[in-house]
Amino acid sequence: MLKTFSLGGIHPDENKLSADAPIEVLPVPETVAIPISQHIGAPAEPIVKKGDRVKVGQLIAKPSGFVSSYIHSSVSGTVDKIDELIDVSGYKRKAIIIKTEDDEWEETIDRSPDLITEIPATPEEIIKMIQEAGIVGLGGATFPAHIKLSPPPGKNCDILIINGVECEPYLTSDHRVMLEKGNEIMVGVQILMKALKVNNAIIGIENNKPDAIKHMITLASKYSGIVIEPLKVQYPQGGEKQLIDACIKRQVPSGKLPIEVGAVVQNVGTALAVYEAVQKKKPLIERVVTVTGKSVKKPCNLMVRLGTPVSALIEAAGGIPEDTEKIIGGGPMMGKALSTPDIPITKGSSGILLMPKKIATRKPVQNCIRCSKCVSVCPMGLSPYLLMTLAEKAIWDRAEDEAIMDCIECGSCSYTCPSSRPLLDYIRLGKSKVGQIMRSRTK
Amino acid sequence: MNKLTVSPSPHVHSGDSVKKNMYGVLIALLPALFTSLYYFGIGALIVTITSIVSCVLFEYLIQKYLLKKDPSVTDGSAILTGLLLAFNLPSNAPIAIIIIGALVAMGIGKMAFGGLGNNPFNPALVGRVFLLISFPVQMTSWPTPIASRLAYTDAVTGATPLGVIKEGLAKGDIMSDLLTKIPSFSDMFYGNMGGSAGEIAAIALLIGFIYLLMKRIITWHIPVSVIGTIFIFTGILHLANPNIYISPVFHILTGGVMLGAIFMATDYVTSPMSRKGMIVFGVGIGVITVAIRVFGAYPEGLSFAILIMNGFVPLIDKYIKPKRFGELIKPAKA
Ligand code: SF4
Ligand code: SF4
Repeated sequence: MLKTFSLGGIHPDENKLSADAPIEVLPVPETVAIPISQHIGAPAEPIVKKGDRVKVGQLIAKPSGFVSSYIHSSVSGTVDKIDELIDVSGYKRKAIIIKTEDDEWEETIDRSPDLITEIPATPEEIIKMIQEAGIVGLGGATFPAHIKLSPPPGKNCDILIINGVECEPYLTSDHRVMLEKGNEIMVGVQILMKALKVNNAIIGIENNKPDAIKHMITLASKYSGIVIEPLKVQYPQGGEKQLIDACIKRQVPSGKLPIEVGAVVQNVGTALAVYEAVQKKKPLIERVVTVTGKSVKKPCNLMVRLGTPVSALIEAAGGIPEDTEKIIGGGPMMGKALSTPDIPITKGSSGILLMPKKIATRKPVQNCIRCSKCVSVCPMGLSPYLLMTLAEKAIWDRAEDEAIMDCIECGSCSYTCPSSRPLLDYIRLGKSKVGQIMRSRTK
Repeated sequence: MNKLTVSPSPHVHSGDSVKKNMYGVLIALLPALFTSLYYFGIGALIVTITSIVSCVLFEYLIQKYLLKKDPSVTDGSAILTGLLLAFNLPSNAPIAIIIIGALVAMGIGKMAFGGLGNNPFNPALVGRVFLLISFPVQMTSWPTPIASRLAYTDAVTGATPLGVIKEGLAKGDIMSDLLTKIPSFSDMFYGNMGGSAGEIAAIALLIGFIYLLMKRIITWHIPVSVIGTIFIFTGILHLANPNIYISPVFHILTGGVMLGAIFMATDYVTSPMSRKGMIVFGVGIGVITVAIRVFGAYPEGLSFAILIMNGFVPLIDKYIKPKRFGELIKPAKA
């Protein structure tokens, strides 16, 4: 029996349409729009102004707090303006817009394809390099990577867990990265292990990627301390708490971080970025993005410079299908619906999913028939039907008692409900209210 | 391209629906329907059709003219209530009584509380128990199987096995004599005994149970805890004194235990939400059923037991919560 997490979970249609499409490099666009907020935490502070010349990899914005991130130019050219524009969040946010000229990289960046396995940097140097390369969690959470690598005093990490499960339907970028950049990932994992001073790492991969599992097992035998753990296909296995539970049977307590049970989780894409930052001095300026959908002509995986408009990716995948109703940044379970295809690709963009009308339309909401299916699929052991009612009726103290803040917003409840109730919509609302109340209490 | 829709995640749905679940249960009841038609023939057919048609009609009329809402009869829940009500009636039940039962089930059992999802008690059982109290004679005359295939209200009737035992013991008969007056366990298993139209054939109901489990419409918790509790409880009594207390196998094969445990107690709306809660609920039903059968006035007792436990569901849900993540395994020390 393959391992998986212990509570709830669902198995939506996988639809990994682009699994066999090798990563292609998308040509550098004419302009990029690089938002200064591509991570969880405070927006970065621009350090360039209109008319400045920049090179690929040049620092253009600095962190404005501890939880924040460095941002680098993904192209060479001239800063056209710093403007407000709509990003993935649906809000207008500041972005640095750069007109591309040539493709001139910072000289410090090693662009050769040679694999460097020797890791001379000390743990402290590694963490600093990761921070300065602007690396955030590439699985979609976009939490600055260096913070997780510096456990708070008194907390100890004894194992690194690498997320290669890619549990979202449709998405295949991590899958392709494992197949095509496996060695780089292995070295990246070794670097992370060194930074964390741990001797063990587990790479969790769902069983629907047998080629990646086989390939990674072969590679792992050449590196010490790295184990590949094939996992049963079950959504949301990519959730940090679920992945830790699945791999090492430890459960992170309510309201706590993985470090509480001695674990740190990073995504395979992040491991690749870490390799490039530490061994090649290359900051995070590009990433692999899956472009997919049932009606998409050519579902594909593209290596894209950050700041490239989504529309350019869709063009490369054969153009926008007639029946498109929604464009989703990310996967169908947790991704965000975009209001326009002009939105730029950012550090957290793992995929672009074009959804035809017949899949994207929600069914009419009916009464709760108390079937308890939402309860049995909730990976956090919550009672979604109850949380929705409490949020509807604005009974915040009971919502807090019912652990509404434990909800990881995986959407399994809404996905499952036979009455098509918008459970997660209301739970989100409840979480933001209860969150406000809790914060005002500690003040 | 049209204007893009922007809505929060998740962007996909399982495709499950109220309809699918209701029709799923109906399909699971088909084997039992066939056995009831096989043993009780025309009577079973008339009872079933009358009950379903009146339940659907009452729901439609109440929703349309009293509540002034869009009728939701197509979701299958009224058909299901109708079929379950029919399964709980003797196959010679007069049409007028069936219609009254359907009116009570739909009007009082379901719509008075606000329709599907809000009713605290199982509507079909509300109808049945109402009829049992109002028409005790008609509701406890049971046509004999096979012999009454071509008969309806004129069917030859007899007592149910549970009734035979209960009355016999009350008269002071000896258990070993009584055992010769009831069908063999294997006859019971295949449904060859007196009883309400749908409760008789354990085998047919068990096939339905397997179907429900496979389709993930219900989980095992309620049926297994109800049947298990009745078996263990009556088993202990039987071991203590086999002359007064009949075998546990008899208890689970008769009196609609299979029908009630698999199809009535598992009604979504009127059962608890957590797995632990479901087990408490099932054990409660089992204990009350045996108590009524052994110590009470009625030979069977499951309908009452389910309704009583339905009343406890809000309390069960309030105090018994699903296990939360983080409670299962103590955090290992780092
Ligand atoms: S979205 Fe929240 S409440 Fe719903 S299943 Fe996921 S964790 Fe549970
Ligand atoms: S899944 Fe939907 S219908 Fe079922 S209990 Fe939850 S909210 Fe109610």
